[in-house]
Amino acid sequence: MSSLAGIGVKIESGGGIEPELRGNALPLLHEIRHALARLVEEGEPTVLDIQSLPMGPGDLTRLMDALGEGEVKAELNCLGKTLIREARYSGVWIIEHFDGAGAIASRFIEINWVPPLLQAQAEDVQKGLMELADALAPAGN
Amino acid sequence: MAASKTVGDVLRANGVSRRGFMKFCAATASMMALPPTMVSAVAAAIENARRPSVIWLPFQECTGCLESLTRSHTPTVEGLIFDAISLDFNHTLMAASGQRAEDALDAAVQENWGNYLMLVDGSIPTGEFADYSCTNGHSHLDMLKKYAAGAAAIVTIGTCAAYGGIGRANPNPTQAVGVQDIIKDKPIINVPGCPPIPTVITGVLAHYLTFGTIPELDHHGRPMAFFGQNIHDRCYRRPFYERGLFAKTFDDEGARKGHCLYQLGCKGPVTYNACATLKWNNGVSWPVQSGHGCIGCSEPNFWDKGSFYRPLSAAYYGDARTVGISVAAGAAAGLAAAALARGKQKKAQQEEKA
Repeated sequence: MSSLAGIGVKIESGGGIEPELRGNALPLLHEIRHALARLVEEGEPTVLDIQSLPMGPGDLTRLMDALGEGEVKAELNCLGKTLIREARYSGVWIIEHFDGAGAIASRFIEINWVPPLLQAQAEDVQKGLMELADALAPAGN
Repeated sequence: MAASKTVGDVLRANGVSRRGFMKFCAATASMMALPPTMVSAVAAAIENARRPSVIWLPFQECTGCLESLTRSHTPTVEGLIFDAISLDFNHTLMAASGQRAEDALDAAVQENWGNYLMLVDGSIPTGEFADYSCTNGHSHLDMLKKYAAGAAAIVTIGTCAAYGGIGRANPNPTQAVGVQDIIKDKPIINVPGCPPIPTVITGVLAHYLTFGTIPELDHHGRPMAFFGQNIHDRCYRRPFYERGLFAKTFDDEGARKGHCLYQLGCKGPVTYNACATLKWNNGVSWPVQSGHGCIGCSEPNFWDKGSFYRPLSAAYYGDARTVGISVAAGAAAGLAAAALARGKQKKAQQEEKA
């Protein structure tokens, strides 16, 4: 029986995989471009569910690198963390919902003037008004 | 039982703000494979949905399906879906055991007769082997028939409950079958997989929670939203298949470069599931991405469809030697049949002359 040392092993890192063979980043960027045009011309927002698309290793990184970072970054604390940041292209927002353990729950790209989730919600505002009124009532204000 | 509260009540009671609720609905819509444009419709439906009573009956199973669902950390959207339903019985999860557990089950069933959702995992032994799988002295066959009678719908979790799974695999020592082979008069949603992706399980529950109806099903009773797409058609390695670039061993250059795993036995072309898009472990990876071909675990009788490592094109014809023997045997059989036919023909001609 030959020894283990006789087995040739070749270590490769990076894989050398041709990105053009399976990159979903480029088609998605085009879709975002069309959605941005629709927002400008017709005022119609678009939401893309990135988590439901077939992405190979590296696809998501390539997409996020291409979108880059813009001027706005917001962290929400509701049912776990949610990160909303604007891409380098204004009007393109990357929304990442995390669960309580910090694992990604869902990921969207929203093309909109501002994502509705960033806005205060009518029900929460109403509740806040009542709470503030209650807090001020004992002081006779 | 808390089946009278709405889901909106439950979430508010858990301190969930409107913003949190909308985040929950966005993730739930994604989980149900609905487009983001339907989030507001989902929100409106979930807000007023009544909590359905759910009983979960584990039968001849390995507990892998329950583990798949419960191993995710809480609180998650999946955890909240689970909280939004009223899980009134699961003997693996619940604190009570023995007769007290059975009393809780019977109480839930009586209170919600005709309206509860019944979840089943594990296959069901039948015939003279029915008693090989029991809970508290009752065969699972009897339990299935008893509790299915009052269910609004049945969801089979995993390939065992859907089609018999590994219990049914040759030689099927317990004469095990799936739920649909026994119950013929109730709506059944099959969620196969060995195990199913947790998101798929909760997505089906979320659909029932949101719309109060069963989702559109394929010819195997599986929700189209998750099982309507072929693994091969959604696989990120498909371009390699198209270009004829295959891994031939698990450690060759093709394997290292992530080439198609068809020649290593991948059953993607004949398998319908959401693994290629939803993936596993919250989207970390899935078998093909990890370098192993799909084994077709969401298809009926996948255990008996030949080796996991033999290419689909070779599955029915074997190797060259077997093919050669088969051809020779076929030829010999053909010659024998022809000789027999000539013999009969000659006899018939002689009888006619006589």
